[in-house]
Amino acid sequence: MAALTTDSAKTDPLIRITDLTFIYPGSVKPVLRQLNLDFHQGERVGIMAPNGSGKTTLFYLLMGLLKPDSGTIEIFGKPVRSEKEFENIRKRIGMLFQDSDDQLFSPTVLEDVAFGPLNLGKKPAEAKLIARDTLNQLGLEGFENRVTHKLSGGEKRLVSLATVLAMEPEVLLLDEPSNGLDEETKTRLITHLSDLDLSYMIISHDHDFLYELAQSNYTMKNGQLEPMERMHIHYHSHPHTSHRH
Amino acid sequence: MNITEPFAIGNSGIHLLDPRPRVVIAVLFSTITAVLQQFPPLFLAFALALFLVFRARLNPVIVGKRLTILGLFLTMIWLLVPLTFEGELVTRFWKLNIYLPGIVYSAKITIKSVTILLIFMSLVATMPITTLGHTLHRLRLPEKLVFLLLITYRYLFVIGEEYVRLRTAMKIRGFKSGTNLHSFKTTAYLIGMLFVRASVRAERVNQAMRLRGFNGHFYSLEDFAAYRSSGWFLTFALSLLILILVLEWLL
Repeated sequence: MAALTTDSAKTDPLIRITDLTFIYPGSVKPVLRQLNLDFHQGERVGIMAPNGSGKTTLFYLLMGLLKPDSGTIEIFGKPVRSEKEFENIRKRIGMLFQDSDDQLFSPTVLEDVAFGPLNLGKKPAEAKLIARDTLNQLGLEGFENRVTHKLSGGEKRLVSLATVLAMEPEVLLLDEPSNGLDEETKTRLITHLSDLDLSYMIISHDHDFLYELAQSNYTMKNGQLEPMERMHIHYHSHPHTSHRH
Repeated sequence: MNITEPFAIGNSGIHLLDPRPRVVIAVLFSTITAVLQQFPPLFLAFALALFLVFRARLNPVIVGKRLTILGLFLTMIWLLVPLTFEGELVTRFWKLNIYLPGIVYSAKITIKSVTILLIFMSLVATMPITTLGHTLHRLRLPEKLVFLLLITYRYLFVIGEEYVRLRTAMKIRGFKSGTNLHSFKTTAYLIGMLFVRASVRAERVNQAMRLRGFNGHFYSLEDFAAYRSSGWFLTFALSLLILILVLEWLL
């Protein structure tokens, strides 16, 4: 145990969750029960678990959108509790929402991508530049003046990713990023995400997607995270004829 | 469901003008038109509005279509007001009295409303809603109202799509709207569900905005320097407005 402590002291986790418990108001059963997690720099973690098991809740707690009933969340080595502390955290952790329509609220793509940088205090010209760079990085050149609600589902997802990346986060929380995407867009998303020099956690039901992107995988049982075997993850219920692994 | 902005994109002299003076003139011009009482200044205002529509090179068919909607309301006024606004009798039609002040009043309402609609079509509808939002922000309209306008514009489509989805789901389960309690109840559920969904979505949008550092401030990327100088337009519009007011006072 002593060895373990010295070992983890070398690389302090980016996120350390200790005994986190959360009960939705009006419910008796906790969604998260004494959940623990150490998440280190450079890690790419997948979380695959049934609906309603508390995956999104975990993300919301990490971002300070929900308040835990007990337990502590330490991010970048400091415990975070108050809204003020979370405001600082949000500049460094980006979260991609399940529904892109929730994320893209500006009329045009450029405005939406520039929204984060402007809030961080960048000048309009600078914010525009960052927004353009981020869009180009994701292969979305020429999307600047497109109207957000007229984008296709796949385009919306990529632009949403751009809005998060434009804030230059160190960690990404991705909530079912491949949901509802066709194979081509999914491949594009996989390419872009694996090229990023970032740590991230992905919630997904998509075996292939996690297989490509996550180094380790968790499932959730009784409100806790449990490691999954790699082999286990890549179990397929459908026959493969079109592609190799 | 769709909101079309047929006039928003163009390269007429008016489209290229700075949006700020356009909005200011549109508000001034329509307010003045609304309070005019004399016919000569009213006709002058109408002529000015026509001229602006012509300068903005708007598609006359679409302009006509938009005026038709107004026409329905005006028809109601022409049917009712000449019969009820008592004064000098013009003629008797069957057993109905038709009064002169009623006709004059209806005519004024007609000219005023058509003029105001044309002003807004030529000066305000010639910019995208987004630009309008940023312009109002620059003109010091409260941030909350600007957000309300822009976010309504953005989510009207989303809520519209939700409505269509719910409607389809009802249809494929055999729902047909009729005049009975079941129909009323179902429609009430549909509307209620739309409100529930809209408020849940509003909550999520708000969360997503907070995660990106939103603190209630509105930052605009709009670069108003890119527009053509609007000196001539302001001089022209303001001097005509003064002329209209002088006419109103003199007569």
